[in-house]
Formats: sequence, structure tokens, C-alpha cells
Amino acid sequence: MDCSHVFDFKVSRLIVVFTLFLAFFFVTPLLYAQEDTLKTTEAAHAEPEAEKKFNLGKFALHHVADSHSWHVFGDYTIGLPVILYTPAGLVTFNASDFHGDDDAKVVVERAGQRFVSVHDKIYYASAQANEHGAYAEHDAAGKVKNARPLDFSITKNVCTLLLSVVLLLAVFLKVANGYKVRKGKSPRGIQSWFEPLIMFVRDDIAIPNLGHKYERFMPYLLTVFFFIWFNNMLGLIPFLPGGANLTGNISITVVLATITFLLVNFNGNKYYWKHIFTPDVPWWLYIVLVPVEIIGIFTKPIALAIRLFANITAGHILVLALIGLIFVFNSVFVSFVSVPFALFIYGIELLVAFIQAFIFTILSALFIGMAVEDHH
Amino acid sequence: MELLLPEIGLVVFQTIAFLLLMFVLAKFAWKPILASIKEREHTIDEALNQAELAKQEMVRLAAQNEETMKQARAERDLILKEAKTLKDSIVNEAKQQAHAEGAKLIEKARIEIENQKKAALAELKNQVSTLSIDIAERVLRGQLADKAKQQELVAGLLKDVELN
Repeated sequence: MDCSHVFDFKVSRLIVVFTLFLAFFFVTPLLYAQEDTLKTTEAAHAEPEAEKKFNLGKFALHHVADSHSWHVFGDYTIGLPVILYTPAGLVTFNASDFHGDDDAKVVVERAGQRFVSVHDKIYYASAQANEHGAYAEHDAAGKVKNARPLDFSITKNVCTLLLSVVLLLAVFLKVANGYKVRKGKSPRGIQSWFEPLIMFVRDDIAIPNLGHKYERFMPYLLTVFFFIWFNNMLGLIPFLPGGANLTGNISITVVLATITFLLVNFNGNKYYWKHIFTPDVPWWLYIVLVPVEIIGIFTKPIALAIRLFANITAGHILVLALIGLIFVFNSVFVSFVSVPFALFIYGIELLVAFIQAFIFTILSALFIGMAVEDHH
Repeated sequence: MELLLPEIGLVVFQTIAFLLLMFVLAKFAWKPILASIKEREHTIDEALNQAELAKQEMVRLAAQNEETMKQARAERDLILKEAKTLKDSIVNEAKQQAHAEGAKLIEKARIEIENQKKAALAELKNQVSTLSIDIAERVLRGQLADKAKQQELVAGLLKDVELN
């Protein structure tokens, strides 16, 4: 795929947009200062209001993190089921029981245990409220010191996960049905949408890396490719069926990378292990090389997990930060620059969604290929 | 930092959901899809090979046809030539035979004519001699009708004999 000419074109535009964007920062403070004076005069007449400062970092992190509730629009939020595994057995209640509280101020009592929610995580409540009325204790770094129950809640990400599983099943069982109905004929409809992608995974990912042994690993490679791609795309939908940052969640990527890790090491042949423990170098180099190789077994999947998580999360944070700038500067004029720029990043995210699915799959295939490769 | 810590609940759900998805898709989607694609590719390859073979076969047949035509033409020429030779020889033979036959007939006719001529001559001779004898008999009879004349004749004859 040769896209360099498109890229050159985009890059030159990007530079123009970025220059304008930077220029904006020099101009806005002046406008901002003017508006501020206006506001203070207005504020003098208005009710004194607790100034809530907009925290961009907190805003962005809140949106990329998992949640026990699903925001629909405005103030309307769906509370999701909370399932906790505690010493007293399974405890279930609805997250709406916290009444939207996220600062440990509302205590939910179930089965003789008391729970609070802080930053969308559930903790055992402290016996006494602190000076802010919160039933949680914080250490010096602002971290909650309270113990946590094992949380098996159906969170926003779990909902999206189940949705994506249903979606993938619906799509690919339909595709498979197409092959059954039109046996031996050319693909039609949804079948012809996905056949090139399936062929792409087979011919450009599996076969070049795995050679003749590719067939055994096709189910994993295809599933992981479409799972990541579908969820990347779902994550880009800003409202209800999407909106969860599933593939940008380390828990998800760690599980996927662990499956790759297990596939690599359970399928590794003697050449693979020989390469790790007795590489073809002078024996005194083993002191350095063997530990490096052993670390390498683990760094590969860790890099896989972090790469996917970081790329998707970074994309989301970037879009959120650009939108958030409107609120940071508290000026609608910022939107004339930050919205087009966010849209542009959004467009890139659509590409990244595919590219990251491709990279995860091709690297998995590469690592498995290196482990099962025959040496003659 | 909180972003970098896996949540046990999500890990468990993801593991179960993903593995389940993978096994269901492997059994009911990937396997039939890949098998169908492979089969179709095989069919296409086969068809292309068949087409290639058919093309070669056609070329071969065309060459064969050409060869057959050439052979047929050569054969026809040969047959025509043979026929011509045969015709010539037959004509020649017939001519010769006709010649010979003709010659034979002419010869036969000639011999017949000769024979007829001879027979006619012999007949003529016989007739002449008979006639001669008849004439001689009649003459003699006339001459010897009376005694005087017989005497005269004998005397004449005797006269001739004496003269010799």
C-alpha cells in the first residue's frame, strides 16, 4: 500500500493548521483577559457561585477510564450492575445507588458491608467520614488507602466487550452463512466486505510469517484482528453503543498479549528454546545474552499490550484534550480551531484503529512464526 | 498510573469472552470461511489450468488437423497421380491390344482372302479344265462326226508330227 503521496499532502496541510493553532494561543489570552473583565463586572451583580475550575487532565482520564455508569446525554446516566466478591460472598447492587457520587461521600451498605466509590473504583468505606465528608482515607500522593473488594462488575467496558462479541458473532456468522448459501460462488453483500480483510490477514499476515504452518493459528489471528479493529472503531463512536475505551484499557490488551505469549511459548520448538538458552555465540557471552533472551520472552508481549493500550488511549486523550481546550480557555472561539483539529485527529484515529489491529496481529504472527520456524 | 493497572474483573471477563468468541468463531466462521475460500481458489486454479490445457489441446488439434490435411492432400495427389498412371497404362494397353487385335484381324482377313483366292483359282482351274474338256469333247465330237473329217484330222495331226 503506497500512501506516501497522500501523506505528503496531509503533512503540508497539517503544518498550516498547526501553525494557526499555535498562533491562536498567543491571541487568545488577550481576548480572554478582556472577557474576564466583563465577567467580573457581571459576577458582581450575579449570585456568588463556587468557581469550579476545569481540570483537563482529570476530564480526559475520566473519559478514557472504565466506569460503573454509562453516560447517555446531559445529566442522564445509566447505572450499571456492580458485582463484588467479598468475604461475605457476592454482593450486587446498582451503581446508581451511589447517586452519581464519586468522592466517597455516599455509602452503600449491603450484606453488612459498606462501600464507597472513588474515581469509578469501589472501596470498603471507612468507619468515619473525614473532614470533607468522605468515607475514604487518602495518602500523601492522593491515593485512596482503603481496601478494595474483588470487583466483577458489569462495567461500561464489560458491556462494550459483550456488545462487541455479539457484533462480531453476528457479522461473521452471517459472513460464514454466505459461503454456505452461495457455495463456490463469488461473495456477495457483507461477505464481500469481509472477504478481502480475511484474505489480507491470511495472505499478508499469517502466511509470510508462519509459512505452511499458518492454518493452525488462523482462528486466533483472525479473531484478534477483528476484535481489536471492531473495538477500536466502537471506541471512536462518541455516544451510547460506543464510547468505551475498550482496546485502550490495559486489562484487555494484557489478556490479548498473554494469549499471544502462551501461544508463542507453548508452540516454541527446540530451535526456539535453543536460541534462548544456547545461542550460537562464544560461551562467555552467555552471561549477558541468556538473561537478555529470557527477558525478551516477556518484553515482547508486554510491548504488544502497552503499544495497543497507549496508541488507542493517546488518540482518545488527544481528541478529549482538544475539545477540553474550549473549557480550559472558557471561550467558544477556541472551538473554531480545536474542533476542526479534533476532527482531523479523529480521522487519523480511524486509520490508527486499523493500523493498530494490523500491528498487533502481525507482531503476534511474527512472534509465533519465530517460535515455530523450522531450521534446516 | 491507575491506567496501567489491570482490573481483575475486566481481565476475567475479557479472557472468558475472548476465548469463547475465538472458539465459536473458529468453529462456525473461520473454518468454513477459510475452507470455502481455499476451495474456491482451488476451483479457480483448476479452471485456469483446464483452460490452459484446453488451449494447448486446441493448438495440438489444429496442428493435427493441419497435418491431416497435408497428409490428405498428399494422398489425394498421390492417388490422382496413380490414377493418371493407371489410366495411361490402361489406355496404352488398350491401344496396344487394339493394335494387336487389329493386326491379327487384318492378318486373318488376309489369310482368308488368300485362301479364298486360292480356292477360287482352284475352282476356276477346275472349271476351266472341265470346260476345256467339254469344249474339246464337243469339238472333237463335231469333228469326228464323219469319217472323212476324222481322217482329215488324223492326217493333219500326222502331218504336224512329221513336220516336227
